[in-house]
Amino acid sequence: MDVRKRNRVRVSGRAGGPVVMLAHGFGCDQNLWRLVAPALEVRFQVVLFDHVGAGRSDTSAWSPERYSTLDGYAQDVVGICEELGLGPLTFVGHSVSSMIGVLAAVQEPALFEKLVLLTPSPSYIDDGDYRGGFSEQDIDELLESLDSNYLGWSATMAPVIMGNPERPELGEELTNSFCRTDPKIARVFARATFLSDNRADLPKVTVPTLIAESARDTIAPREVGAFVHAQIPGSELVTLDSTGHCPQLSAPEETAEAIIAFVQES
Amino acid sequence: MHPGGDRTDGSRPAEDRDQGFPVPSALLEENAEDLYENAPCGYLSTLMDGRIAKVNGTLLKWLGHRREELVGHKYFSDLLTIGGRLYHETHFAPLLRIQGEVNGVALELKATDGTRLPVLVTSTVKRDEDGEPLLIRTTLLDARDRRTYERELLRARQEAERDRERLQRLATTLQRTLIPPAIQPVPGLEAAAHYHFASTDEVGGDFYDLFPLAPGTWGFFMGDVRGKGADAAVVTSLARYTLRAAAVSDPVPVKVLANLNTALNHQVQEDEPFFCTVIFGLLTAEENDVGFHVALAGGGHPPAVLLQADGNAGYLPTPGGQLVGVVPDAQFTTATLDLRPGDTLLLYTDGLTEARTGNRGERYGDEAFLDFARSLAPTTAPGAVRALTALLDSFGEGLDDDTALLAMSVPPGERLGRPTGAKHS
Repeated sequence: MDVRKRNRVRVSGRAGGPVVMLAHGFGCDQNLWRLVAPALEVRFQVVLFDHVGAGRSDTSAWSPERYSTLDGYAQDVVGICEELGLGPLTFVGHSVSSMIGVLAAVQEPALFEKLVLLTPSPSYIDDGDYRGGFSEQDIDELLESLDSNYLGWSATMAPVIMGNPERPELGEELTNSFCRTDPKIARVFARATFLSDNRADLPKVTVPTLIAESARDTIAPREVGAFVHAQIPGSELVTLDSTGHCPQLSAPEETAEAIIAFVQES
Repeated sequence: MHPGGDRTDGSRPAEDRDQGFPVPSALLEENAEDLYENAPCGYLSTLMDGRIAKVNGTLLKWLGHRREELVGHKYFSDLLTIGGRLYHETHFAPLLRIQGEVNGVALELKATDGTRLPVLVTSTVKRDEDGEPLLIRTTLLDARDRRTYERELLRARQEAERDRERLQRLATTLQRTLIPPAIQPVPGLEAAAHYHFASTDEVGGDFYDLFPLAPGTWGFFMGDVRGKGADAAVVTSLARYTLRAAAVSDPVPVKVLANLNTALNHQVQEDEPFFCTVIFGLLTAEENDVGFHVALAGGGHPPAVLLQADGNAGYLPTPGGQLVGVVPDAQFTTATLDLRPGDTLLLYTDGLTEARTGNRGERYGDEAFLDFARSLAPTTAPGAVRALTALLDSFGEGLDDDTALLAMSVPPGERLGRPTGAKHS
């Protein structure tokens, strides 16, 4: 199994510098980091990759059995760390990848120096006192939509529709990979993402952890950020002045600064 | 902005109007502001964080909102269903940030009365002179009809997928009836088989079996029907059951093939004769219970290979032999051998030797296969099948036909009636 090819692993930046791995969430691929990566590459060795089934990963390695829970993705992260052999690294996980990072760091703490959880949510569904932001019915509605109608279609059609002849530099790469997934794969990843409950894993994290939340985020609201902060012993919390679930796109400088400061913290 | 409003033909500059092209008075009533407000599509301008800055009357009417409820208070994603909101946050917004525009994405709006309105959304980012993003302009088109059409397409696709699954199940079930689920054990003999399916939704044309006939005798065969799919399955099924029945009535290999020939020769299918290639063999246990006497008959099938205990390997001469089923009095060739401890007899179909393994699509070939067999000898039936399965895997895309393997060997450790002969070095 060629792990580098399977996950389209890319290593860039300052050789010998601290190693920072950037993991994308549900929806897109490693391109999501393109506004943040340059600032990190000046100081760190940066590892980018696509989850299996996303972007330009080797989709022949995808199977519904392995990737129907977050454990399968966590195994892949562990596998990439071991394959690269760059020593303990800082894992930056966006959205669902923050929980993938938590699982990997609980399983193999020696591989991780630090964790950065960007807009994390350990569980999207409200449960008793816990406010995940969504009801079970909401998530069912999303999954139903994915199963039966337009979301899957859009994901398929997007690459065709979004061709941009006036800006060829965005052309090939974006139209062919960015945000495109096989609807069948997207459905399984959506289930794994939105039905996961990793609240019990948070207290098991032993590596230094930064939670970076967005000031206004409908998917991971601030209550959830506070919950994650309270559950991970000794963690730090920073609220980025950004709107939406992707601060690495809407507030790239601030996001990069938060990551840099945390990695360099001793 | 021309207060005179739209041009009727879209090609003439405004000045032309004074030169004898009268504008209908109704058009003089048209103006940009009115066009914006009452356009046949929804218009929405939002700040970069998604907050609504401007909205047209059409969209307000669709949603049942008052302007002051939305402007400055609500975000674009507030107008969407939950599913749409999640999609917006995970796909739409990131794409818009990176590409500067997103075109024709299907989402659903939530109206105040609880109804849902399917729309097609196009957004562009307006930038200032320095290229800094200022705001997002969004157009929303009513897509109810299109959505109905898409659902119909989706339903048709799901139906097609279900049919395909049914077909695959049928093909797999049929396939299982054409090759034995497991090789029956023969005392004093090791046997192993492998079937490579070139396609999951078509029944392959290769078949084999190993089965008891009488105390101390067993029949076996390896065959290949041209083509695949339902037509081939008919021939395969007929050939397989005829061979087993014929072997019971008279197990002499050449007679078994003659019987099969007669059975196939009487059948035609859309004017095409039924035919196949086959090697049929009869195993008879030696009197001292060690090893077997093997009698073979071949009808147009690639020759069997004997991998000997002493490390030699060679084709068993069943050259030529006519295809089974084509002519009424087909001639078949025969061969006999003694399978001794350490020997392995290997039968296969031409998917193996005809796999395209060269850079320019050259076939693997009989010579290369014999060399490979020599490198294996001496071996055992499971060992040979393992090595050949790995070889087939290494062919990748070049292996485009079904391929069957059947190997039989006498374990080297069997009580030795005579020396097995050491491998020549």
